[in-house]
Amino acid sequence: MAKVEFLGPLGRPSIEVDIANLQELKTFFKDDKELQDWLAICAVAVNDTLVCDLNIPISKEDKISLLPPVCGG
Amino acid sequence: MLELHNGPLSVNTILASWYDHICDKNYGAFIPFVGIVRDEDGIEGLSFDIYEPILNSWFNTWQEKAREQNAYLLMAHSRGDVPNHTSSYIAAVVSPKRKVALKMINDFVEDFKANAPIWKYDLVEGKRVYAKERSHVLSGSGLLKADA
Repeated sequence: MAKVEFLGPLGRPSIEVDIANLQELKTFFKDDKELQDWLAICAVAVNDTLVCDLNIPISKEDKISLLPPVCGG
Repeated sequence: MLELHNGPLSVNTILASWYDHICDKNYGAFIPFVGIVRDEDGIEGLSFDIYEPILNSWFNTWQEKAREQNAYLLMAHSRGDVPNHTSSYIAAVVSPKRKVALKMINDFVEDFKANAPIWKYDLVEGKRVYAKERSHVLSGSGLLKADA
């Protein structure tokens, strides 16, 4: 199972999902109304690299991170 | 060099240690930037979450850019709560001559603000309030949002 972590103000515990690619994660989240507002502004990292392609294959060892807008300093 | 500290930064100690670290390396310029939490809009301070794996890779990419110009980057940032009138962020560039360091400190801090995976909260009545309006969306945001 791939791990999904919700960073910063998302404030949710990590979950594990059985998916083959990010398109399936998008489908997995489609009915989560609260999360949808965040997903509009969240970037996605796979194994700590930002990605922008839903077709990237995901294996059971992978870590997917959701990153809301940032502001350091 | 990247340092993460719990709570406010000890500016005098950090800058002194950095100076000791670089002063015998034949750099001619040491340009520090110190961010200080301002008392505004009734906040008691700021608070920060950091995602270290991506922060480290972001910083290492910048360190490589600096190395290509014979410069070197140093950065310290706070985790957790940082009261007003204390520091949460210090960045510095050292280089053989001042012009490289002066330009790089500006470019580095601007990119830090836009891309470093750090989340800021206002401290209001002891609670953390995400500073959403002051935050910057990262590249590729919205990838997982359901189609309308």
